[in-house]
Amino acid sequence: MKVDLAQVEEAAKELYIRALKQLPPDVKQGFDALAGRETDAGAKRMLATMMRNITVAEQTDNLLCQDTGIPIYNVWIGRGVEVDGLRLKEAIRKGCERATREHPLRSSVVHPITRVNEHTSCGRGVPVINVDFSERDTLEIEMVPKGSGSENNSWLRMAVPAEGVDAVKTFVVDCVLEAGGKTCPPTIVGVGVGGTADLCIHLAKLAATRPLGTQCADAEGAKLERALSEAVNLLGVGPQGLGGDSTSFAVHVETAATHITMNPVAVNMQCHSARRARAIFRAGALEYGY
Amino acid sequence: MAHYDLATPITEAQARQLRVNDTVTLNGTLFGIRDATQIHMFDRGRKTRFDLRGHAVIHTAPNVRKVEKSAAHPAGYAPICIGTTTSDRMERYTRPLMEQYGVRLVIGKGGLREDSLKAFSDLGGAYLAIIGGTAALETTWIEAIEDVDLDDLNPESLWKFRIRGFGPLLVAMDSQGGSLYTEVRDAAKARRAEALRRLGVR
Repeated sequence: MKVDLAQVEEAAKELYIRALKQLPPDVKQGFDALAGRETDAGAKRMLATMMRNITVAEQTDNLLCQDTGIPIYNVWIGRGVEVDGLRLKEAIRKGCERATREHPLRSSVVHPITRVNEHTSCGRGVPVINVDFSERDTLEIEMVPKGSGSENNSWLRMAVPAEGVDAVKTFVVDCVLEAGGKTCPPTIVGVGVGGTADLCIHLAKLAATRPLGTQCADAEGAKLERALSEAVNLLGVGPQGLGGDSTSFAVHVETAATHITMNPVAVNMQCHSARRARAIFRAGALEYGY
Repeated sequence: MAHYDLATPITEAQARQLRVNDTVTLNGTLFGIRDATQIHMFDRGRKTRFDLRGHAVIHTAPNVRKVEKSAAHPAGYAPICIGTTTSDRMERYTRPLMEQYGVRLVIGKGGLREDSLKAFSDLGGAYLAIIGGTAALETTWIEAIEDVDLDDLNPESLWKFRIRGFGPLLVAMDSQGGSLYTEVRDAAKARRAEALRRLGVR
């Protein structure tokens, strides 16, 4: 399959806007599940308002949240896909700029030192574009507008092997306590375990943006995420940090092998507006989803 | 737990009667401020021409569309999506906002800390919690962008919104030293040991 770069640019624009307006079905189901279990009356009301906001956004064709986030595009290039990699990245960047200008969207991106906003949602190294490869015959692009309320609550701890997995568990619980209401709970708590420092943080981001209802492919990671999901919801932080059972939809864990001397753990959170959108390019067809 | 319909600006007495767990719906004028707005106002010596005395400010930076000035859009901006950002980053500006500009109410999400609580107590003010991430709904409470100042900081300008039925908002910090955030945080810390025990942490 030969990739039409004009179509990629259009899709990169469309994906940003779609992600900001339509919450994926797994997150909506996550709200239903939390609301069904919540025992605190105030927390129940807050969850109901969050669910109402999803409906209002759909009915008024508006953004779910004002935070347009840092734009992240995850790309998977399948077998037999023919594409100029540099041109592909250029097309994504152009689509991101066009979404910002043409919708228009608030550009939430500034230079880190001068704080100058180019009003394009782009800058040095932004949008973040992660490229990987897949077995499929498709080109897939996932778009994640990562909100800052949750992103500002990111942590890395280079624990030591003698601390064992207890260090991971304790760290996650303490991060959820430290975050309180700042992350716009209920959250998806993304946990990276293992790897190098940078890989560990990347794993935490992958975990935080993984669809609800999915499991870690590593059986040990899956066991850990089930235990942590139950534990963090015992804390009573609740929606918006104002109390209740619904602190997190789930804790997601992603793992990677690490060094004999290392025991790294990272936490990256996703807010209740857990937005993402996906485009799948097949020969002669383009399909949008989540 | 009382409900108040307040038209801004409000008096010190009105601010001081609010208690945590009360709810408030606002009408009239609301000012939007953000990190850069306050960095420039309090750290870089810039002043606003707006009179903020007795008013409410909201921690926001909206999505707007530039349009021709008209009766509906007097500032030349149409609102697209107006929401709320995490307040905690702007903790140190609560007192100067109140002392230098006479602000009475701060609206945000996630709460503020002890210095703000002290300022609410010393000067007569309150923090009203809005539900973060519900901006589509919040936008329906905004009638117009009436004016804008410090607009070189766009989108972190100082925005003047005309609002109708803005709420209900939850009084989460009051002038009596009450803070729902402190209550919830202390209770959550007390449950930490149980959570770790369930996880089998030794």
